[in-house]
Amino acid sequence: MSELIRKNASELVELLKSREISSVELTQAHLDRTAAVDGDVHSYLHVGPEAALAAAAEVDRRRAAGEALHALAGLPIAVKDNLTTTDAPTTSGSKILEGWVPQYDATVVKKLRAAGMPILGKTNLDEFAMGSSTEFSAFGPSRNPWDLERIPGGSGGGSSSVVASFQAPLAIGSDTGGSIRYPAFVTGTVGTKPTYGAVSRYGLIALASSLDQIGPVARNVLDAALLQDVIAGHDPHDSTSLPESLGSMADAAKKLDVKGLRVGVIKQLSGEGFQPGVSARFNESLELLKNAGAEIVEVDCPSFEYAIAAYYLILPAEASSNLAKFDSVRFGLRVTPEGTPTIERVMAATREAGFGPEVKRRIILGTYALSSGSYDAFYGSAQKVRTLIQRDFDAAFAKADVLVSPTAPNTAFKLGEKLDDPLAMYLNDIATIPANLAGIPGMSIPNGVAEDTNLPSGIQILAPARGDARLYQVGAALEHMHEEIWGKRMIDFAPELEVRG
Amino acid sequence: MAKDELMNYEKALEQFEVVIGLEVHVELNTNTKMFCGCRNEFGDEPNTNVCPICIGLPGSLPAVNKRAIESSISIGLALGCQIAPTGRFSRKNYFYPDLAKNFQTSQYDEPIAFEGSLEVEVPSGNTFTVAIERAHMEEDAGKLTHVGGSTGRIQGAEYSLVDYNRAGVPLVEIVTKPVYGAGAEAPELAAAYVRSIREIVKALGVSDAKMERGNVRCDANVSLRPHGQEKLGTRTETKNVNSLRSIERAVRYEIQRQAALLAKGTAIIQETRHWHEDKGATSSGRPKSDADDYRYFPEPDLVPVQPSKEWIEELRAKLPEQPAARRKRVQAEWGFADLEFRDVVNADLLDQIEETVSAGAKPQDARKWWTGELARIANSQDQNVTELPISGAQVAELAALIEAGKINDRLAREVLTYVLAGEGSPAEVVTARGLEVVSDDGALIAAIDAALAGQPDVLDAIREGRMQAAGAVIGAVMKAMKGSADAGRVRELLIEKANS
Repeated sequence: MSELIRKNASELVELLKSREISSVELTQAHLDRTAAVDGDVHSYLHVGPEAALAAAAEVDRRRAAGEALHALAGLPIAVKDNLTTTDAPTTSGSKILEGWVPQYDATVVKKLRAAGMPILGKTNLDEFAMGSSTEFSAFGPSRNPWDLERIPGGSGGGSSSVVASFQAPLAIGSDTGGSIRYPAFVTGTVGTKPTYGAVSRYGLIALASSLDQIGPVARNVLDAALLQDVIAGHDPHDSTSLPESLGSMADAAKKLDVKGLRVGVIKQLSGEGFQPGVSARFNESLELLKNAGAEIVEVDCPSFEYAIAAYYLILPAEASSNLAKFDSVRFGLRVTPEGTPTIERVMAATREAGFGPEVKRRIILGTYALSSGSYDAFYGSAQKVRTLIQRDFDAAFAKADVLVSPTAPNTAFKLGEKLDDPLAMYLNDIATIPANLAGIPGMSIPNGVAEDTNLPSGIQILAPARGDARLYQVGAALEHMHEEIWGKRMIDFAPELEVRG
Repeated sequence: MAKDELMNYEKALEQFEVVIGLEVHVELNTNTKMFCGCRNEFGDEPNTNVCPICIGLPGSLPAVNKRAIESSISIGLALGCQIAPTGRFSRKNYFYPDLAKNFQTSQYDEPIAFEGSLEVEVPSGNTFTVAIERAHMEEDAGKLTHVGGSTGRIQGAEYSLVDYNRAGVPLVEIVTKPVYGAGAEAPELAAAYVRSIREIVKALGVSDAKMERGNVRCDANVSLRPHGQEKLGTRTETKNVNSLRSIERAVRYEIQRQAALLAKGTAIIQETRHWHEDKGATSSGRPKSDADDYRYFPEPDLVPVQPSKEWIEELRAKLPEQPAARRKRVQAEWGFADLEFRDVVNADLLDQIEETVSAGAKPQDARKWWTGELARIANSQDQNVTELPISGAQVAELAALIEAGKINDRLAREVLTYVLAGEGSPAEVVTARGLEVVSDDGALIAAIDAALAGQPDVLDAIREGRMQAAGAVIGAVMKAMKGSADAGRVRELLIEKANS
C-alpha cells in the first residue's frame, strides 16, 4: 500500500500545497487502493475515475499557474450516494433510483467542487439511509475493514469503511439518527453530525427532513474539522439552514485544551445495557479528561427513555411523505404491471418492486402514524417527547459544557445477525438519536479497542446547538491524549486488508 | 350522464333553507413560483418553466417566495382578516400524477389570514355580509390533459400528459363560513361574492383574476335543510365552475337537484360534483367524506412564516379602495341611475367603463357602448363582454370619432366589427377602410338632388312644416352613399333647399 494514502488529510494538504505531490498522483493512489480492496469492502456504489482525475488535473494546473486555491484543493473525497451529483448516478441505495443521474448538484457537492476537491465516487448506504449496517442497501452490504464478517455501521457504512480502508482521506455522510456517528464508532473513525441547519440539505435525498444533517467522516478530528469548514454555511435553497456562521472548526480542533471544561455524563446512556468493553473504554476516556483538568459531572435526561419510540414515529412519518415522490412519473424506475396499466397500478407496481423491506416497513409505519385517528396518539405524542428531550438537553447544558456517552452499546456485529430483528437493529442508535431529535451537534471519536471483542469502540461528545466548535475542541484534545498513550493513531491498529486485483 | 330530477326552484325554496359555502382559489401573479425561481407564466410551452424543485426531484427543497406572502397578507387585509403572527405550512399527502411530490405544500391549521368578512351586493340591490373563515397559501398542481376516451377525464383516457409549468404556482384559497339567509338569491350571492373577490385581487394587483384562465376558480358548497332545522344538511362541492354565470347556474341546479332528492326521502351523498356548462348540469365526481385522509403534518422543510407587525401595517396602508366603496364613488362620479349602474355591475363592466371614461369618453357614452352594442356582439358569440378583444381606450376613441362628427352611429358599429377583428384602433380602421362620413356639401347636394328627383313633392311638404317627409329623402341619400352620409347635414341642406 502506498504510504501516501495512510496520511491524515491535514498532512496531505500540506504536501499538495508545497507541490511535493500532485492531486492527480494522490487521486490515482486512492483509485488504485479502491481497485485493490473494494471488491471485499464494497464501500462504493459508483467510482468515477475520469471525473476525479479530471478535477485533480484542473487543480494541479491552477496550482502550477499560481492561482489562489482553497486550503483543501486537490484533496480527493468520497460522497455518500444520497447526495445528488450531475456527473455520477445517485441511487440512495435503492433500486427505485438505479441509474438515475441527477440534473443538479447538491449544495455540499457544489462546495466540494468549488474547493477543488476531486470526487472519487459515491458510497454505499442502507436504502434511503434506513438502517444501521448497510445490509438494507439494494446493492449489497459494505464490510467493516476491521473484520470483513462484520458490519461497517449504517446507514453510512460506505463512507465509514471508505476512510477506514484508506480508499479516501475524507468522506461525506448524513446523519438522521446516528448514520455518521454509529459507523464511525464501529470502524474506529471520526464522524460529526453538525448542528441542524449548519450544513445545507439541498440535494440530500431526504429521509426525515427535520432530523437529517450532512456531516464529515474522517480518520481524525482535525481532518473532520477541515471538512466541516468546507461544507458548512447558509444556503438560501435550504430555508432551515442557519443564517450565521459557527466559526472555524479547524481552529477549535487545534486548541487541545479542556481545562476547566464541565463534561456531563448522561446517566441514561451509560452502565447497564452497554457492553463491558465499551464501558471500560468510556471510563478510561473520562479519566483522561479529568486528568487534563476537565470537571466530570453527571446529568439526568429522564425523557431519553422515550427517544427511540418518538424517533421511530417522527422519522417514518416524514419519510412516508418524502418518499411519495418515487412514483415512476418523472424519474427512476417504472414497472408496468400486466393488464390495464392505470397510473395507480403503475405507481403501486413500481413502489412494490423498487422499495426494499425496511423502506416499506417505515412507509407503512409512518403512514399509519399520520392517519387521522392515530395522529394525536402517535405523531403528536412523539413531537411532545421531542420537546421534552430538548428540555432535558437544556437542563443538562446548564450544568455542563459538553455531554458524553459511549456512541453505541455494542461494537460491530456480524452481517446477518440482526437482519430479522428490526427492534434490535433500532437499538444500535439509542445513544445517537437524542441529538437528532434536539437538533444539537454530536461527534463520535474512537477511544480504543474493546477488549472483550477486540473491535473499535468510541465515545460520543454532544454540545448545545451552534456549539459545534466545542465538539472539535474536546474531541481533538481527547484524541491527542489517547494517541499519546497508544503511541499511534487508532486506525493504525486496524488489520491489513488483503490486496486483490 | 343520468338525468337528474329537479324540483321547481320556488317550490324548493318554500320547503328548504339554502346554505352555501364558497372556496375561491386565487392564482397570484408573482414573477416566480411559490417555492422556486421558475417563471410563473400562463401559456408557455409545456414543461419549460420547471426546475428540480417544482418537479419534485429527489433532494430538492422549497424556499418561500416573499412576494407571494406579501400578496396573501394583502388579500387577507382587504377581506378584513386578522393576520397570523406565525404560520406554518403543512403537507397534504395524496398521490396524483399532477402533484410532483405527491403532497401539496399548503397551510392547514395555521392560515396566514383568518376571521374576515365581505359585504356583497346582489343584483336586487340587497346586501349580504359574507363571513370569511380563512385565507391560506398553497401551491398549484400541474395541469393534466387526458387524451383518448370520450369524457376528457382520466377514466377511459388512453394516456395523459402532464404540464408542470403550473406546478408550484402560488395560490391563495379563500374559504367562507357557511352563508345563511340568502334564500332565493343564494345563486346570485355566490356569483356576486366571487365577483367581489375578483375585484379585490385585481385592485390589489396580486392576480390577473381571469376566470377563463383559471386565475380565479370557485368551488361551491351547497346544502339544504328544512326550514327551522338547526343541523346542517349534507353538502355537495361543485368544482369546475369557471365563470360567474356558471357559479350562479350551478348553485341553482344543486338546490333544485338536492330538493328533489330530499323530497323523495333520498339522502344526499357528500361528494364532489362537476359542473358541465354545455349541459347546464352537475354530475357526480368522486365521493368525498370528512374521512378523506390527507395525513396533514407540518412541512419540516420550511420554517414558519412570521410577518412583522411593521410589514403588515405597511401593506395595510397600501390597500386600495374596497369594492363597495368604489362602486358608490364611481356611480356618483358617472351620474348613472341605479338601474343603469346595476346593469354595468352585473355585466362586470366597472373596469372597462372606468378605463373608457378615463380615456376621455363621456360616462353615458361609455356605458351605452359597453352595455349596448358590445354586449350584444359578445352575446351573439356566446362570450363574456369583458373578454372581447377591445380596450376601454379604443371605445373612448370610437366615441370621440362620433363626437367629432367623423363617423355616425351606424358607421361606428361597422368600425367596431373591424376593431374586434384585429384590424387596429377605431381611427386606424376609419382611415384604412375609408369609413369617414361624407359631410362634403357638394357630394351631399348631388345625392339630395338625385333623391328628390324621385320624390318631387317632399320640398313642398317640408315647407308646410311636415318634417317627417324629410325622412324618406334622408334615407335615400344614406342608402345611396352606403351609410357614410352625415345625416344631420343632409337634413340641414334639405331644409335650406326647401326654404330657398
